[in-house]
Amino acid sequence: MSVAGHAPPPFFRRGLAPVARLIFFLSLALALLITDLRFRTLEWVRLGVATAAWPLQRAAYLPIDAGGDVSSFFSRMSTLVAENEQLRLQQLNTANLLLRQRHLEDENRRLRVLLEMRERHPVEGRIAEILYAARDPFARRVIIDKGSQHGIEAGQAVVDEIGVIGQVVRVFPLTAEVSLLTDKEQAIPIQVQRNGLRAVLEGAGAGTMELRFLATNAEVEVGDVLITSGLDGVYLPGLPVAKVIEIDRSNSYSFSRIRCTPLAGVERRGLVLVLGSRTNLPERPEESVTEVKNKRSNSSAKIKAERRQR
Amino acid sequence: MSGTQASNASNRILLPVRQSFIVFTLFAAVLANLIPFGRFPGIPDWVALTLVFWCIHQPLRIGMGTAFILGIVMDVADASVLGQHSLAYVVLAFAGAAFSRRILWFPLSQQALHILPMLLVTQLVMVAARMTGGAEFPGVLWFLSSFTATALWHPLTHILLLPQFQPEDKDVHRPI
Repeated sequence: MSVAGHAPPPFFRRGLAPVARLIFFLSLALALLITDLRFRTLEWVRLGVATAAWPLQRAAYLPIDAGGDVSSFFSRMSTLVAENEQLRLQQLNTANLLLRQRHLEDENRRLRVLLEMRERHPVEGRIAEILYAARDPFARRVIIDKGSQHGIEAGQAVVDEIGVIGQVVRVFPLTAEVSLLTDKEQAIPIQVQRNGLRAVLEGAGAGTMELRFLATNAEVEVGDVLITSGLDGVYLPGLPVAKVIEIDRSNSYSFSRIRCTPLAGVERRGLVLVLGSRTNLPERPEESVTEVKNKRSNSSAKIKAERRQR
Repeated sequence: MSGTQASNASNRILLPVRQSFIVFTLFAAVLANLIPFGRFPGIPDWVALTLVFWCIHQPLRIGMGTAFILGIVMDVADASVLGQHSLAYVVLAFAGAAFSRRILWFPLSQQALHILPMLLVTQLVMVAARMTGGAEFPGVLWFLSSFTATALWHPLTHILLLPQFQPEDKDVHRPI
């Protein structure tokens, strides 16, 4: 701007001043951030970009894939034989349980009919492979190789051979994002296997979880196994989840700090089972107006709402 | 790098850059960023590095608009919150353009020292954006990637300026 108040002649058009452009883009990015964090209404943008970028993503995954192939090619015959032997033993050990399970299921169904209780439908599973951990360093998420094309839906539980590892949070056509139990935004309703005490387990990051809001005199001991309670309608009841490793009953807090570690190989790679949605659930009691607005299908949101009610 | 004055050693006369080459390098950077390393520390953010390079060398062609779009792409690819990378990259692009006149006067090693705080600020913006949203702290090791990226500034400059070093016709009497 010249002294006389005239703008200099536009020899070189350079658009807006840099600071103005910075403020424009910053506010745009902030608006995106807030919209995505608070309202989660931008999933369609994500879906569109992700679908378009799918071939790219596959291409980038190729070197890792090839590395895995090479390493498995060189894995020794002896380790394979040993693994085979171990798996056969394991199969024999579980055969006893498996053979009787059918019988028990039949018996259970008959008893439930006798008691006029709601039948429990068998839940189907779909095997998926963990492709890689999401690059986002702020969350604990993995990508699996099955998506909406294979019938995966957001909210389904993901287990491995030992126990629960997480929940599907976002579905793309050919892949899905699984939020691990150790993620800070992930919560799972559990009960203590020993005495049936119910609580909510939340991720604490760094491979651990925390049992929150339990009074200092709650009956939990180090070494207790926590299993899903099934109260949320997402997880089947009775799946092993975690083990208590440390209890800090300080009198200065009204709740005790209970740290747990997941039983399943949560931060490991390999094959997982995506359990189908639970059907035949009893109807939910009517919710208050504020919660009807809160349409997030995420189980953690539901749990938080329940806690607010208490 | 020879010469009596070190200050303008990097100001060699270059051929004009081709827009297609810029697009190609940014595309390659996105591809490199998509390689899933998980939480392995010290993997540089290729997009941020390439972006700040072009913002410094070609501030009239690559700016905050490109940074914003690249940010959206990275947000989706990383499965992070939409807007996190956009916010950080826009700040980075602004800083790159603002300091481009100054930085280009320095030799490459000292240019790298200017790049380091810019990349660190980019990461800090991301931390601030996510931690206000309640995410966990990614750990100090995560910031290592800025240092690796800084160490790569010297080789990267040579690679990205390579097409501009090549004369169009091989004429021994041409000064370039």
